[in-house]
Amino acid sequence: MLEALLRIIALTRKELLAVLKDRRSRMSLLVPAIVQGLVFGYAATYDLNHVPYAVLDQDRSAASRQLLAGLDGSGVFERVADLRSPRDIQSYIDERRVLLVVQIKQDFERKLQQGQGTDVQVIADGRNSNTAATASSYVTAVVGAFNDNWRRDHGLSPQVLTSTDRAWYNPNLETRWNMIPGLIGTLAMIQTLMLTAMSVAREREQGTFDQLLVTPFRPFEIMAGKALPSMLVGITQAAGVFLVAQLWFRIPFAGSIVTLFSGLVMFLLAAIGIGLLLSAVAATMQQAMLFSLLFIMPFSLLSGLTTPVSNMPSVLQYFTAINPLRYAIDIARRVYLEGVGLPLLTHDLWPLALIAAVTLSAASWMFGNRIT
Amino acid sequence: MKNTNGAVPAVLVTRDLHKRFQPPRLPAVQALDGVSFEAPRGMLTALVGPDGAGKTTLMRLAAGLLHADSGELTVLGVDVSADPQQIQDRISYMPQRFGLYEDLTVAENIDLYADLHGVSPEARAERYPRLMEMTALGPFKSRLAGKLSGGMKQKLGLACTLVRSPELLLLDEPTVGVDPLSRRELWEIVRQLVDTQGLTVLLSTAYLDEAERCGHVIVLHQGKVLAQGQPSDITDIARNRVFVAELPAGQNARVVQSRLLDEPDVIDAVPDAGRVRFVRAERPRATAAGAGAANALVGAQVSAATPRFEDGFMSLLRRVADQEHASTISLDRPLAARDDEVVVHVHDLVRKFGAFTAVDHISFDVHRGAIFGLLGPNGAGKTTTFRMLCGLLPATDGELRVAGADVRHARASARAHLGYVAQKFSLYGALTVAENLDFFASAYGLRGSRKGARIAWAMEQFELAAHAHEPSGQLPGGYKQRLAMAAALLHEPEILFLDEPTSGADPLARRAFWRRITALAEQGVTIIVTTHFMQEAEYCDRIAIMDAGRVLAEGRPEEIRHMADLSEAHEPSMEDAFIAIVERSRRNGQSREVAA
Repeated sequence: MLEALLRIIALTRKELLAVLKDRRSRMSLLVPAIVQGLVFGYAATYDLNHVPYAVLDQDRSAASRQLLAGLDGSGVFERVADLRSPRDIQSYIDERRVLLVVQIKQDFERKLQQGQGTDVQVIADGRNSNTAATASSYVTAVVGAFNDNWRRDHGLSPQVLTSTDRAWYNPNLETRWNMIPGLIGTLAMIQTLMLTAMSVAREREQGTFDQLLVTPFRPFEIMAGKALPSMLVGITQAAGVFLVAQLWFRIPFAGSIVTLFSGLVMFLLAAIGIGLLLSAVAATMQQAMLFSLLFIMPFSLLSGLTTPVSNMPSVLQYFTAINPLRYAIDIARRVYLEGVGLPLLTHDLWPLALIAAVTLSAASWMFGNRIT
Repeated sequence: MKNTNGAVPAVLVTRDLHKRFQPPRLPAVQALDGVSFEAPRGMLTALVGPDGAGKTTLMRLAAGLLHADSGELTVLGVDVSADPQQIQDRISYMPQRFGLYEDLTVAENIDLYADLHGVSPEARAERYPRLMEMTALGPFKSRLAGKLSGGMKQKLGLACTLVRSPELLLLDEPTVGVDPLSRRELWEIVRQLVDTQGLTVLLSTAYLDEAERCGHVIVLHQGKVLAQGQPSDITDIARNRVFVAELPAGQNARVVQSRLLDEPDVIDAVPDAGRVRFVRAERPRATAAGAGAANALVGAQVSAATPRFEDGFMSLLRRVADQEHASTISLDRPLAARDDEVVVHVHDLVRKFGAFTAVDHISFDVHRGAIFGLLGPNGAGKTTTFRMLCGLLPATDGELRVAGADVRHARASARAHLGYVAQKFSLYGALTVAENLDFFASAYGLRGSRKGARIAWAMEQFELAAHAHEPSGQLPGGYKQRLAMAAALLHEPEILFLDEPTSGADPLARRAFWRRITALAEQGVTIIVTTHFMQEAEYCDRIAIMDAGRVLAEGRPEEIRHMADLSEAHEPSMEDAFIAIVERSRRNGQSREVAA
């Protein structure tokens, strides 16, 4: 038992040496994870600001100016043009000079003063449905505020029914708060899976795997000695992204670090298991690289990182059951934003444990029995 | 030595050529240090010399791929540094690792090179059939290059090099890692090109018998030309100094040979058909410790022998590199040598891959302290047998006992008793020598002071201490092999497996290697080795010749020679015997198929 442990430590040490000796691979441990954390933190957001829009104000009244002032003062919209004729709308949208056009008709103020209802037309560029919908909803909010003000100023009774939104855990509904905790698992997985998948394939390609197999190493020990360094690398990267979230984006952390990293260890074990299994199957490094890319893309897209799993067709939802990242993102968000403890994460932890158990034992069996 | 071919105009002329390399963070290497020679037209010129002599650098300079630091280099009357493109249009160069596309077929590879060289369709129609006939690759046109044997790959490389008619052909070690049969075929092709088409060829080689067959030889050593001339000029250097000793019964030629190497009046000694062949020194060497050859040869009958090229070559090298063969090895704890004990027992061993039988009911026994050689052409099943013996591959059927353990069932426990040196350098190139040794020591369960002592032993025995903190991937070839052997011996194995250990090694390195092996065997380590150098079979106690998965012949080297049953009058060399045995078996196989 002690012998086996010492051998595992020797292999772990050798793997880490190989990674840490080379300056480039040392850099590639932390720098990409942190840079990607920063870049995605800024880039991947549905929150809008500086939305270019144009106005076709055919009324040119005090009321229309008041409405437009609301839009301009929201901090979201940026007026880039005042149109003269409805014919201009087409070209502004087509050329992507504006995302939306607000059209106010000639009798806007008159109708309002007469107590009649009227409307404001919002023409949005539907080629980018997400952004258009978000921008339109901002316009709706500004129009709502205008309504309230008008009613108050003109002594009209307030609206009968209004809804008040309170978003728990992310009061301003910032995408970043949702995105960055999810990135902790995602970024750690991408490199860990790739590194693990290459590790055995590299040894096989360079002939060192045979040399390893003629030593008293048992397949299980090789598996453990390969998994351990990958785990350390994965944890380091997760910690890097976590620090970016804490120190740079200053997203408040509601949970316990121990809980978060316990969950991440279980997740990384599953990811490493998949990586090692790919590595055991692949004959060359090139194959290992291809295999891991084949998994990383769907794992990332079908994880709930960007689009909720519950919105996916049910067939794909079944597929996500074997996607370790899906559980990791759930764990990271719930611990980070909601502050839950381990007992509430059981439904995420046991599937991860199952994936890890199956893939790690399959990989270690393959090391011993793969016929070359 | 004067150039005896002075009358023939030279195709390649060098004058005081210098080339220096400066690797990052390592000392500079003076690859060529004032090289001057001429390669005559229409002739085969061989570049021979130990590793690091500058052979490849010279080839690359001649092909216009590198620039010399100083000196003149004229190829086909053109100054290479002035117009490398013109040279590249007129010559063909086959580097050591020829760039075959392994995922393309034989025909596609040839087409690709023809396209690259802009060979016209008419020229192809004329040239292809001849290339196919010459290389005998015709039947394999649609096979993937990656699936060819080592010898066939080299032939395909040569065919690709010859898609157009060059005025000069440069071949960099074309026969490395190629079995004797394919080597003979390759050599035939080159011979034919020179004899019938008057092509000028410059080739570098580690096989001295090949150099002997060339018209002109240049001996390089550490970037300097030691000698040049006809092969017989080199051979003559050892004239009247070559002897053969007939040993009294009970003496082992290998052991006597290895002792002779320590004597001050001997510069080279090899086992040869149960006898010892040795070359006396021109003057006694100061560095040797022994008391003279006569001492080591008590009771032996010594007679003069005709020198060979190799004898002259070794004499030349000894003039400049005297201390090299002081390499031996002594174990901390020699194993008890019980000669009669069988340590490797193979009986009716079979390995199938699907319908293909790679190893077909083979049987042999290896006794403790013996050296057992496994010889055979590429694809004979040697490597498969080896992998089964090492526990890397399960056997399909048969009995396999290594160091008393049944490898089929107790692979892990059997492994602690064996050391394995793979054909390709397979330690961790990014790690230093010390880190590699440390890792493998731990892998074999060594720890504490025992581990430290074993690593110190390995560093000392294999003279690795000076390179301890260099990345092992950047060591010179000879050191890599020493490191691989050191790593395989850390745990004091009873059995050492060596797969093609001397492939690509120069004669000096091979002598040093076999001295170590001989010393190990004397101290009770059992050695199983595969090799393409048939002369090296002479070092083995027993050899088995394999082909098509079967053992064709097994016995002591002298018995094998006689099995060849060659009608020629002269004593058959091991290589002749090997080729005769394999060819006879293949002929019989064919006739059996015809009969069936």
